[in-house]
Amino acid sequence: MVEQSLYPNYPKDLEMVITTNQVNFFYGLTQALFDISLLIPAKHVTALIGPSGCGKSTFLRCLNRMNDTIPHSRVEGEISINRKDIYAPGTDVVELRKEVGMVFQKSNPFPKSIFDNVAYGPRIHGEKNPKRLAEIVEQSLQQSAIWDEVKDRLHANAMGLSGGQQQRLCIARALAVGPKILLMDEPASALDPKSTTRIEDLIGELRTNYTIVIVTHNMQQAARVSDYTAFFYEGRLIECDATPKIFTNPRQKQTEDYITGRFG
Amino acid sequence: MSEKRDMSRSRKLFITDKLMRLLLVGAASTSVLVVCLIFLFLFREAGPFALNPGLGKLLDSQWIPVSFQEEHFGVGPLLAGSALVTALAMLVTVPISVLVSIYIAEIAHPTEREFLKPFIEILASIPSVVLGFFGLLVVAPLIKTTFGLSTGLTALTGALLLSLMAIPTIISLSEDALVSVPYALKNASLALGASHLQTIFRVTLPAALPGIVAAVMLGIGRVIGETMAVLMVTGNSAILTASPLSSVRTMTATIAAEMGEVPFGSVHYQALFWIGIILLVITFFLNIIAQRVLKKYGMMK
Repeated sequence: MVEQSLYPNYPKDLEMVITTNQVNFFYGLTQALFDISLLIPAKHVTALIGPSGCGKSTFLRCLNRMNDTIPHSRVEGEISINRKDIYAPGTDVVELRKEVGMVFQKSNPFPKSIFDNVAYGPRIHGEKNPKRLAEIVEQSLQQSAIWDEVKDRLHANAMGLSGGQQQRLCIARALAVGPKILLMDEPASALDPKSTTRIEDLIGELRTNYTIVIVTHNMQQAARVSDYTAFFYEGRLIECDATPKIFTNPRQKQTEDYITGRFG
Repeated sequence: MSEKRDMSRSRKLFITDKLMRLLLVGAASTSVLVVCLIFLFLFREAGPFALNPGLGKLLDSQWIPVSFQEEHFGVGPLLAGSALVTALAMLVTVPISVLVSIYIAEIAHPTEREFLKPFIEILASIPSVVLGFFGLLVVAPLIKTTFGLSTGLTALTGALLLSLMAIPTIISLSEDALVSVPYALKNASLALGASHLQTIFRVTLPAALPGIVAAVMLGIGRVIGETMAVLMVTGNSAILTASPLSSVRTMTATIAAEMGEVPFGSVHYQALFWIGIILLVITFFLNIIAQRVLKKYGMMK
């Protein structure tokens, strides 16, 4: 299942949920991604690291087709999730995004109540039963470790929460749709150290049930939370391996230079 | 020597600075002064009416300012006329402007937007007398034949013209409100699997609602205060009615039509000033409410 020549340190029976094959991405005439071929294992945390502008966020946004909203952008190559090409004509983007949730760098709760924030996803997908909605909301808030803090004020405006709470609420909102994969774009970069720790702990808890792809600037964070790490540089995938291997004994010189802080 | 020169230079700078400041403060306070003076002037001209024949006269049910028997200065029919025309105008204006602003802000292709926006701005710049011509020659006959009336000069005709005037104002302000909804919110909705339209109606529109409400308030303010077009096409009969197809007379049209012929300082003259005061108070409050709404939701810089 795993191409052992490319991924010598991956366990043989690892199931790959996302596979990308020679992906190029263009913003107008500017090419942002070059030939990215990457396998992402199910129910593990994969970190995408690299200096600013290396294309890691662009790549992440290709995985749920959020780049579709950018005018004059173009994707080449193949991205498959569960063996289905997500850029094939006729792909239902709504279904894709139900399957692949996303958490953004800056927490972005809707200016609605906490309950309505979490219930937003299920509601747009047709869930009307109030009892069922309440169950989903509670379950999602439990999963994102914020239930105890907000259970007494579910109908208060979400904008009144702290930054860290808002980000966990956004994770709950993403989970409420029932995704299998969670994309996180620097989810803790705007948070204080304490809130960051909570988010990292949360990622640790979620990894048993979800496939998580996390973009991070913070190499210690990548080392702490991820099982596998992919290093991007100038729009290219330089190296991808088990996280301990990348941080102790990378194969590529560029990776080593980056993680030892020689550039970036 | 040189120290002395420096001193005088800095002193000169200090003085120009002061003068400049004074000038600017003066210019800025002019507007405040003007508003105060207008209020003062209105009340001075209208004042005596309150004692003789007394403000109760304004509550009469009829407006018959010139008569051989008894004159009536009831503002009711005029207020009702203004309210009817304004309400009808808003009924037409609000849905159209909100939908157009959604289209321009969220759906239209950039080139379409560049094409549409100048036209809307031109619409805003048409003088109301010119719109009045259009109303007399096109809208009024159309209404007359459509509804089989004896005259096309009705409240509805006025309302249609007024909505032409209010639509551009409300569109541009609502569009600003929609565009200023953070991209992060729209992205969050899309990432949850919402379609473009679901995102617009469930996230963008609610988030922009305070701005849109304020835009509508300002639009109402403009419509109530508008004179020329309504004077030309509403038929100018001061009847207390709720029928869109009846002729009405608004407060503004009354002032414009009668001010030129009224004896200076007469009771009729003072009554017209009371109408002006009522009008001013209404638009004043509409503006204050709009500003409050904008401020409360942090949409005003």
